[in-house]
Amino acid sequence: MKGVRHYPGFLTMAVACLVILYAPLIVVTVYSFNASTSITTWGGFSWRWYGDVFTGPEAPRFKAAAWNSITIAVLAASAATTIAVAASLAMIRGGRFRGKSATFALINLPLMVPEIVTAVATLIFFSAIGLVTGYMTILIAHIVFCIPFAYLPITARLQGIEDSYEQAARDLYATQWQAFRLVLLPLMLPGVISGFLLAFIISLDDFIITNFVKGAGMETLPTAIFGSVKQGIKPNIMAISTMMLAVSVLFVTLSYLVNRIGQRTRS
Amino acid sequence: MSTAIEIRSAVKRYGTTTALHAVSLEIADNAFFTLLGPSGCGKTTLLRCIAGFEDLNEGEIRLFGQDIARLDPNHRPVNTVFQHYALFPHMTVLENVAFGLKMIGVSLDDRRARAGRMLEMVHLSAFADRMPTQLSGGQQQRVALARALAPEPKVLLLDEPLSALDLKLRQAMRVELKTLQEETGITFVFVTHDQEEALTMSDRIAVMSQGRVQQVGSAREIYEAPVNRFVADFIGETNLIEVTVERIEGDWARVILPGGHVIRCAAAGTSPGKHHLSIRPERLSLAKTGELVATIERVVYLGTDLQLLTRLTSGEAIQVRLQNSARTEVPAPGTQVALHLEEGAARLLAD
Repeated sequence: MKGVRHYPGFLTMAVACLVILYAPLIVVTVYSFNASTSITTWGGFSWRWYGDVFTGPEAPRFKAAAWNSITIAVLAASAATTIAVAASLAMIRGGRFRGKSATFALINLPLMVPEIVTAVATLIFFSAIGLVTGYMTILIAHIVFCIPFAYLPITARLQGIEDSYEQAARDLYATQWQAFRLVLLPLMLPGVISGFLLAFIISLDDFIITNFVKGAGMETLPTAIFGSVKQGIKPNIMAISTMMLAVSVLFVTLSYLVNRIGQRTRS
Repeated sequence: MSTAIEIRSAVKRYGTTTALHAVSLEIADNAFFTLLGPSGCGKTTLLRCIAGFEDLNEGEIRLFGQDIARLDPNHRPVNTVFQHYALFPHMTVLENVAFGLKMIGVSLDDRRARAGRMLEMVHLSAFADRMPTQLSGGQQQRVALARALAPEPKVLLLDEPLSALDLKLRQAMRVELKTLQEETGITFVFVTHDQEEALTMSDRIAVMSQGRVQQVGSAREIYEAPVNRFVADFIGETNLIEVTVERIEGDWARVILPGGHVIRCAAAGTSPGKHHLSIRPERLSLAKTGELVATIERVVYLGTDLQLLTRLTSGEAIQVRLQNSARTEVPAPGTQVALHLEEGAARLLAD
């Protein structure tokens, strides 16, 4: 069989896709180190705009937004991961129960529903029950849409763990809780960490839902960046975007590595 | 001798299928007891019910008199060796063996010492700090044994523990298991589909099929006096021939073989009519003359034995096994021979 490289047009297609996907990111990254105030002409290498993010006129706004983003991401990812662990235990270890496939669909629905619809619906829901928009509403919304992202790697991991490990633990006088904590949870851990990292990054990056439910005066990094861009793109936006990109790449890579280590320890 | 496990009318259903049909069994203390049967016969289900991983729908399981059928697995003083060992991959060998002791609250020093002694017993002291994945299959098997024996259970349950090992190791482990049982004095309940394994190790064997216990007895009893066609066929090789019981005279039956040849054998609770007769191939021999005439169809050389596939003049296929000695004359295919049935070689079956 011929390798995929030998098909006509493969190289052209591959290069075109890579360029379209990554050229904008590369441009942003490169120009974030631009010494010039212009966003299109190169004026030499400099850390200037990174300094500007932390000390410039917009620094207090970015700092507050970053603090909100990170705390929300940590809390939302923790809560979503906890719920996802419970959900995957019920789905994989809970035996047969009525409405199991419906439950599976419901857990994963947020992945399919257009985000703008979720955003509008969430906002309407919050105002209907009289919840004042702000930090809490962002957090609640993030927990909800992070669940499926945490659920998928955790479930994939749990499916690969034979139930004889828990049975062996129960057989050796462990209570149900001990069997979970001492045996099943450590075996699930790569999936749990991977799920947490994914949920964290999804929460950190979210714009649409956050923008709807954040309320006045409350900003996360994506909404702060968006607000700043509305007054024209300045090079400091490129610096802050590049930092977010670095965090995202780091977390996704970590999630991947943790999963791969898990694959190896399983056999 | 006291009874370790007493099972009374145990019923287990999965939806509409019944895995155990009112199974009753008694397992003596300090015995090597085997549940033997083909896959799907209910032997593993029964073992899992004793361990507590499955709940009975009806019936009782008594462990030294105490009904344990409704207790959680962690409240039953029995331990299990799993088919694929289920060693905890994130713990060292020593931690694995000490796990049960930790759960029942044995102090750290104490449990390390006891787990260490268990590893000594299975000759794995040198591997205490390794991870289970770094061990061979046979070593993992022995760790699983040590782990299950460490809390000194009243009964040890073994779920086809040798099936994942290669033949040589399996044979060595049979001896080791039997020795271990005798040394510890703990009752072993061993599940297997391998009749050779069952015959070589067990004090008593329960042959199971389709959720029912067909026969319980020593290896010799189930081999030599099978109670029905299933047991006769499942244990070892046998010739099953349909015969007519003409009449019963006391303990004896007058049996007419297909060719009209008449023999006498133990009545075994049968009544006149059609029945099956079981004849072990090694209980048949060749004679110069006789009434049971057969034609040799094939000769299979098995090393220690010769297997002759013959056909009676009435059409039934009969297997004969001859020991391969220097004096054995190998008859050529196509020759006619007379088959000699030793006294008591044929066994009449109730069904």
